[in-house]
Amino acid sequence: MKRHVLPGFSLTMGLTLLYLVLIVLLPLSALILKAASLEAADYWRIVSSQRAVATYRVTLTAAAWATLFNAVFGLTLAWVLVRYSFPGKRLLDAVVDLPFALPTAVAGVALTALFAQTGWYGRLLAPLGISVAYTPVGIAVAMAFTSAPFVVRTIQPVLEDLRPEVEEAAQSLGASDLQVFARVIFPLIFPAFLAGCALAFARSLGEFGAIVFIAGNLPFRTEITALLAYIRLDEFDYPAAAAVASVMLGAAFVMLLVTNSIQFWVQRHSERA
Amino acid sequence: MAAAGRVGDGPLLRRILIAVAVTGTLVFLLAPIAVIGALALGSGIGAFLDAIAQPETLHAIGLTVLTAVVVVPINVVFGICAAWAIAKFSFPGKRLLLTLIEIPFSVSPIVAGVMYIFLYGAQGLFGPWLQEAGVQVMFTVWAIFLVSLFVTCPFVARELIPLMQAQGSEEEEAALTLGASGFQTFVRVTLPNIKWALLYGAILCNARVMGEFGAVSVVSGNVRGQTNTLPLQVELLYNSYNTVGAFAAASTLAVLALLTLGAKLLLERHGHVGEALDAAPVPSTRLSLAGDRA
Repeated sequence: MKRHVLPGFSLTMGLTLLYLVLIVLLPLSALILKAASLEAADYWRIVSSQRAVATYRVTLTAAAWATLFNAVFGLTLAWVLVRYSFPGKRLLDAVVDLPFALPTAVAGVALTALFAQTGWYGRLLAPLGISVAYTPVGIAVAMAFTSAPFVVRTIQPVLEDLRPEVEEAAQSLGASDLQVFARVIFPLIFPAFLAGCALAFARSLGEFGAIVFIAGNLPFRTEITALLAYIRLDEFDYPAAAAVASVMLGAAFVMLLVTNSIQFWVQRHSERA
Repeated sequence: MAAAGRVGDGPLLRRILIAVAVTGTLVFLLAPIAVIGALALGSGIGAFLDAIAQPETLHAIGLTVLTAVVVVPINVVFGICAAWAIAKFSFPGKRLLLTLIEIPFSVSPIVAGVMYIFLYGAQGLFGPWLQEAGVQVMFTVWAIFLVSLFVTCPFVARELIPLMQAQGSEEEEAALTLGASGFQTFVRVTLPNIKWALLYGAILCNARVMGEFGAVSVVSGNVRGQTNTLPLQVELLYNSYNTVGAFAAASTLAVLALLTLGAKLLLERHGHVGEALDAAPVPSTRLSLAGDRA
């Protein structure tokens, strides 16, 4: 009751709601209305067309690989940043955020330049018969880059808060480092680890800028769902653009629900720990 | 053996893991920056400067700065309003409101652009009215402003809300009791307490506005020299095989990214500032004591 002393609730709340309606809710409803105005049969024909299904497969597969990579790399990076001290550690910690700070289109052209046949990495990989640019692998690389910080940043604080006693107990009973990590530490950081992976995966599903440059964008092979929506719009095929975009929106909301649930679990888990 | 210290402190394992982390970061996260620099300056500093000075690139830089000048202040005001209402008062539906603010971070930039097409485009909800009134929104700078507002609206709010929640309202209540007006209280008491987080949020918002590609690409119409922001100009030059031009333009954005990281390092020393730069759908996933997921 004492809090009601503060003024400005109706003003700030009013402005916040008005702004959210104008900038977020109205455009959101416009897309949903457009997609809902399609005949059910037409909608289904568009979103289940072979080309659309191929984009889901390409996007989901690449996002899964990218997330798997970031799960391992992110866990290693978080561990090193929390557990060890060494010269340059603060700089390393700062660089982790680079993928979030670098515009996606810039990341896209840079990664393409690195992995093209004549690029620094492409040149090394070509004799091994590996090509990354203009293949599905390139899509996974671009996704892995743009979502790299998520796993590190979600694990880091949990790892920092881990009390030494938990490990010491297991160590004093004769458990090896690997056993302590697998049986004691990893279960404790697992919810946060999962949250980081879910965030990285969600981000990869929606990524566009970094991917279009490196993907090659061949229908059925290296075309992602976001690009298909973009192409349909470019062809003035508005119903198809609305339908494909609504599928992406649905996927985003599912991922939001998943991350929210994991998040809720994480909070309860960390309160117990 | 237990005296050797904590798990993973063995010298060999320690060295291997640090080597993996540092090499991985250099090869995977830093190499893109290096290659941008190398390609931008590959034909000499003169060619680089010529590429930057191309009228279209200069125009794109101008439009990018203009967009930031329009969008960042609006989202700063929104962030302050939202944080004041959410952090200083209790009301039903707060979680829902927080989720609503986070929506732009969960939605693909392409979907954001498509949403705005179906609102203001000729085929959109307001299309017929706008056409009657003779107002064109899509494929103009106004469309760029609007999608940029959408994409970056959570940045300031998400920095301020956890901080203001943690700070509580005692200081504001004391000022009011002493006879200060609501506005005076905000300017003299609240603002000094949140200034670094506010600045940090604005810097993140600015970086994203200047770097946004997908959403802007959908609604801008890509009219060369008219509605091309810097990221779109990078794409255009890149697709026309103008390597030096594309990477020169990209290097200005890479410098912006490095400055943003530098600002983060500086502001972290003032405390109360989040740790990661963007964009998770959930506010408190970072699980830190401050509770913000920046």
